[in-house]
Amino acid sequence: MLTAVIALAALALLASFGLAIAARIFAVKVDPKAEAIEDALPGANCGACGLPGCSELAKRIAEGKADIDACPVGGESVAREIAGIMGQSYEGGGARMVAMVMCNGNDQAAVKRFYYNGIYDCTSAALLFGGDKACSYGCLGLGTCAGICPFGAIDMLPSGLARVNPDRCTGCTKCVGACPKGIIRMVPAGSTVHILCSSHDKGGKVRKICSVGCIGCQRCVKEAPEGAITMDTNLAVVNYETGIPAEVAEVCPMGTIVVQGAGAVEPAEQRAAGGEG
Amino acid sequence: MAGRKFIGGVHPDYSKELARGAAIEEMPLPGRLVVHFTQNLGAPPEPIVKKGDAVKKGQVIAEAKGFVSAPVHAPTSGMVTSIDVYPHPVGTDLPAAVIEPDGADEWAEGLNGERDVSGLDGQAVKQYILEAGLVGMGGAAFPTHVKLSPPENKTIDLLVVNGAECEPYLTADHRLMLAHPAEILDGAALFARVLNVKRIVVGIEKNKPDAIEAMRKAAAGREGLEVAALDVIYPQGAEKQLIYALTRRRVPAGGLPMDVGVLVQNVGTAFAANEAVRWCRPLISRVVTVTGSGIDRPGNVLARVGTTFQDLVAFCGGLAVDTGKVISGGPMMGVAQYSLEASVTKGTSGIVLLRQDEIPQYVSDACVRCGRCVRVCPMTLKPSALSIFIEKMDFEQAAEYNVNDCIECGCCAYVCPSLRPMVHHFRRAKAELRKAARKAG
Repeated sequence: MLTAVIALAALALLASFGLAIAARIFAVKVDPKAEAIEDALPGANCGACGLPGCSELAKRIAEGKADIDACPVGGESVAREIAGIMGQSYEGGGARMVAMVMCNGNDQAAVKRFYYNGIYDCTSAALLFGGDKACSYGCLGLGTCAGICPFGAIDMLPSGLARVNPDRCTGCTKCVGACPKGIIRMVPAGSTVHILCSSHDKGGKVRKICSVGCIGCQRCVKEAPEGAITMDTNLAVVNYETGIPAEVAEVCPMGTIVVQGAGAVEPAEQRAAGGEG
Repeated sequence: MAGRKFIGGVHPDYSKELARGAAIEEMPLPGRLVVHFTQNLGAPPEPIVKKGDAVKKGQVIAEAKGFVSAPVHAPTSGMVTSIDVYPHPVGTDLPAAVIEPDGADEWAEGLNGERDVSGLDGQAVKQYILEAGLVGMGGAAFPTHVKLSPPENKTIDLLVVNGAECEPYLTADHRLMLAHPAEILDGAALFARVLNVKRIVVGIEKNKPDAIEAMRKAAAGREGLEVAALDVIYPQGAEKQLIYALTRRRVPAGGLPMDVGVLVQNVGTAFAANEAVRWCRPLISRVVTVTGSGIDRPGNVLARVGTTFQDLVAFCGGLAVDTGKVISGGPMMGVAQYSLEASVTKGTSGIVLLRQDEIPQYVSDACVRCGRCVRVCPMTLKPSALSIFIEKMDFEQAAEYNVNDCIECGCCAYVCPSLRPMVHHFRRAKAELRKAARKAG
């Protein structure tokens, strides 16, 4: 018994010496700044910065090859922290941006042309006549964006639409590139009034296929302050630099303009979607 | 004689007897033609007509834009009543011109006359083929003049005329070979003249003995011409598989038939080439098989490009009450249509209409790794592994496993016991890889 204990203790001692020496000889030099920056970064490895992961970005920032605010997910607070580590000053960037799906045409509002029973994925569905929705700009509701979101910030509503939860969205823009319809737009986090439509079709066609689509009547353009809403081939687009007052929503004959927190997302529906997963 | 076949392949239920016996019937001019501007692979042609224009039969309504593009011609004389987006049978909605025929069916000047072809050199023939807007009529619609322009360093020693028609249900090429064997061979001879090829092989599957006989009879006395009987197996008519069956030459991955000195042209394209060069008629009509249990009178119809499926179906006696699916092309590679508003293009070889009880609604399952798809894949890919990578959105890995070599023949999906939508997966991966390549510049 005693011999065994002594023998093992001796072995352990020997091995620890070996390890201690090896750690000295084969030590990998890590910039302590890079280490500190990596700790400051969110650590989601989402790839939003365009690099393979957080440690790679930390290395680049420490070497001065990337900007201190290169992480779009961390935003201002992380940039400030990194600025402290790097000994630089940070003046603060623009407002925090979040993703928004520019479509409100759910299964009740938008017409479907056919029954799609292929792969449950928007990109796959879009390969066949652009998807089952009659509107070629509409959200297909199969959740490709929700699947790719590293932060679980996108809920698939039971009514067949994707909705971004602005509290959880970090603005990494992964969903923007994943949407085959290209209808996800980055908007300032605080903005509440949105034109939830991406259709460039003419008004007559929109009326036939969607009850909440923009028909390009331009009433909102006249109601809103100068330059706050611009027309882009039959579609009213909000200029988020100025933003638009909530009253503008009242003039929209189609109900395309929604004020968040006032019927943009049915609370019960969102809870149901969140509860399911 | 040893069988002429390739690696892999399946034996689907051919159901060709439905339309095989029906001779080609010319369809009377419909009341309205929806002519798509995009009728070829590659760059879409540039429309040059607008609403209200009067057009003559054979007049160019869209000009080729770039080299890999082919012009589109008005299929009859009449008036362009609108230009709008219409469903295109390949699975997208694209701009098309609606032409209302005036009934006169009057040719534009300089067309529809006999031309002396004996003195023409290869370049002139190629120019006439380009002007006539010829594309591959087997379904892929690749511009013919591009295929006839191999780069300097490639020599072509064999022209294969593809009369395999391996796709189930379809009989358009079969009937064309019975009706116009000599014209098809004349057209093939024109291709051979462009490429300076001395040897032509016509490949026909053995399930069309009458076509083989008709072509052999027409080929008798012509030099360098051979009609080869091919084993009946799907996809015998796929370009690379056909070349392997006939010559044992293997087209390298990502390569073209010209890399092994072969050019393949469909029998319909050969026929159209003769029409274009000899008779100065641009490609404005084609044989379309309208078949399946969902149609009253299955047949092979000579229809103008732009004829809507609605009119075609009406001409063939109308739909059965419980028709549940309309497929443009054959059931293996065709695209399901949501609307009969889609119209015939240069690449539409047939419409298959199926009844409700023939189209089971199924739910696909996880891959059970049985390997049947690997055994039947004519491109010797691993469809099982590919589909799993794609489900996990690992498109780079799929590219490493050569998803881009997939010819989308559908053999893997046909044999899959888990009913997995393999081809749809691969098309998605190809789309994603294209997107990634665009992003990377």
